[in-house]
Amino acid sequence: MTAHLIVERAGLFDTLQDRGRIGFQALGMPVAGAMDRIALRLANALAGNADDLAAIEIGVMGPTLRIEADSIRLAVVGPATLELMAGPDTTAKPIESNRSHTLQRGQALRVGMVDGVSTAYLAVEGGFALPPFMGSGSTYTRAAIGGLDGRKLRDGDALPLVRAAASTREDKKLAAPFDYGSGPIRVVPGPQEDHFSEEGHATFLGSEYVVSKEADRMGIRFEGPSIGHSEKGPDIVSDGIAPGAIQVPGAGLPIVLLADRQTVGGYAKIATVISADLPRLGRLLPGHRVRFAAVTVAEAEALRREQEKRLAQATAGLQPARPEGGIDIDALYELNLIDGVVWG
Amino acid sequence: MSVRYLNCGDTAFSVEFGSTIAPDINARVMGLHARIAAERAAGRLPGVVETIPSMRALMVCYDPLATTRAALQPEIEALVTGGLEAAAPSRTLAIPCCYDDPEFAPDLPEVAERTGMTLEAVIARHTASDFHVYVLGFMPGLAYVVGLAPELELPRRSQPRVRVPRSSVGIAMNMTTIYPFDSPGGWHVLGRTPLWMFDQRREQPVLLAPGDRLQFRRIERSEYDAIAAQVEAGMLDWSTLEVKA
Repeated sequence: MTAHLIVERAGLFDTLQDRGRIGFQALGMPVAGAMDRIALRLANALAGNADDLAAIEIGVMGPTLRIEADSIRLAVVGPATLELMAGPDTTAKPIESNRSHTLQRGQALRVGMVDGVSTAYLAVEGGFALPPFMGSGSTYTRAAIGGLDGRKLRDGDALPLVRAAASTREDKKLAAPFDYGSGPIRVVPGPQEDHFSEEGHATFLGSEYVVSKEADRMGIRFEGPSIGHSEKGPDIVSDGIAPGAIQVPGAGLPIVLLADRQTVGGYAKIATVISADLPRLGRLLPGHRVRFAAVTVAEAEALRREQEKRLAQATAGLQPARPEGGIDIDALYELNLIDGVVWG
Repeated sequence: MSVRYLNCGDTAFSVEFGSTIAPDINARVMGLHARIAAERAAGRLPGVVETIPSMRALMVCYDPLATTRAALQPEIEALVTGGLEAAAPSRTLAIPCCYDDPEFAPDLPEVAERTGMTLEAVIARHTASDFHVYVLGFMPGLAYVVGLAPELELPRRSQPRVRVPRSSVGIAMNMTTIYPFDSPGGWHVLGRTPLWMFDQRREQPVLLAPGDRLQFRRIERSEYDAIAAQVEAGMLDWSTLEVKA
């Protein structure tokens, strides 16, 4: 009998995502992939996987999943509310995110709201037994490819699992939540700086922008002061779009292009968000406020290398976690107090 | 115009050969695209992830954990200054297209009226046009195909259609395109091909590639239906579309 995770109730926008579909942009194929590659990688590390296995990207509110396997090890990374149900009609008990849990057949995990950011990731040990498309398990819904039938999860879906049971190794937790950084979102000016006026650049770097309701896997439309173009105007002969490219159409409001971005586009791009800060953008919710600050390409590369070092330390420094599936609030509280002594 | 190297963050840069749509500029883009692919196949240019050609520029995508812009750009510059062979069209494809069913060709009468030609003359100009695939983008498998007969040049429709059926053949400006999916669209639809531009059942699902040369071949509805049945069944061998010189 094949092992499955059953989607008893789907969340708002759950899709399978890995690092993306790389190498086919010349054919117009968007990369897709995780909006927050940091959380994806940490979730895989906690589940005992290689970095690049597809996991469930949870958008804003997560699913309820029933275990139809002898046992399963899974890990949720991100500030999501998690509750474990021992079976149908049993009381739900809160369990922690940012660690792995070993759950048994018939138990169900309810992933509630993600708190304060837009995404969290749920990885399972061994991954999902779904065929890759053009080398990737990432879901790209606009072309209905990848993941499970190229779409977001629905009530009643059965996600096939590679492993029928969890391995016997112990559960792990993050030593600390990953520090994504704060302050302005860093950008490298260009490629079309010359399509913006001097005031336009000053407005962009000197103003606060608010994430509008038009924010999804393709990109984020910001609201705020209008950015002035130069005499060259907002239109260009279409060229390639890098992840994090900030295009500014005629109305002057910036749009940051993210995982599901089209491969080429015809609006002038004032700057590109640096790769180290893309996961921060992937976590933004409507109403969040950001500022942008300019750095050089060399500075951006150094920031990425520094982040990579911290990420490698985080995955190398996972700590043993108490081997259980669900605990009550009092015990959880007590455990946290003595954590360092007993489990450190 | 001299070549410019434009910043696209810390994972890409753009090699811009010009700012207009012109065959000689696009030929250099495709030349560099092919040259970098050959270098990578030979194990050189570590850290390059992929390249994205567009009408006038090539975007070089790299992994900032495997290389740096400072190390990579001089290597790309050397390829550019060393001379790029104008990439010959890799192949010529004959695209069957049915212009004769009014359901397939909703904009044919309007195009005829606005260009002052008969329906037959519009179809004849489209099938006589020498088309080149310059770039794919916007959605998977959607090709911008340049080379439309100048008499047919029109701006996009002022009111885009909410739904254009898959495999519709449209024109706008000096280009033609074939819709890979049902989607909104503002091009003037002249006909429909039984081919699918994107067939996810195939290992390589995209039919067209930058550099391809295209000719449209007029077919009757009966031939359309026969080819469509083959396509539906996944039985059409794409290599049979190639026109041998």
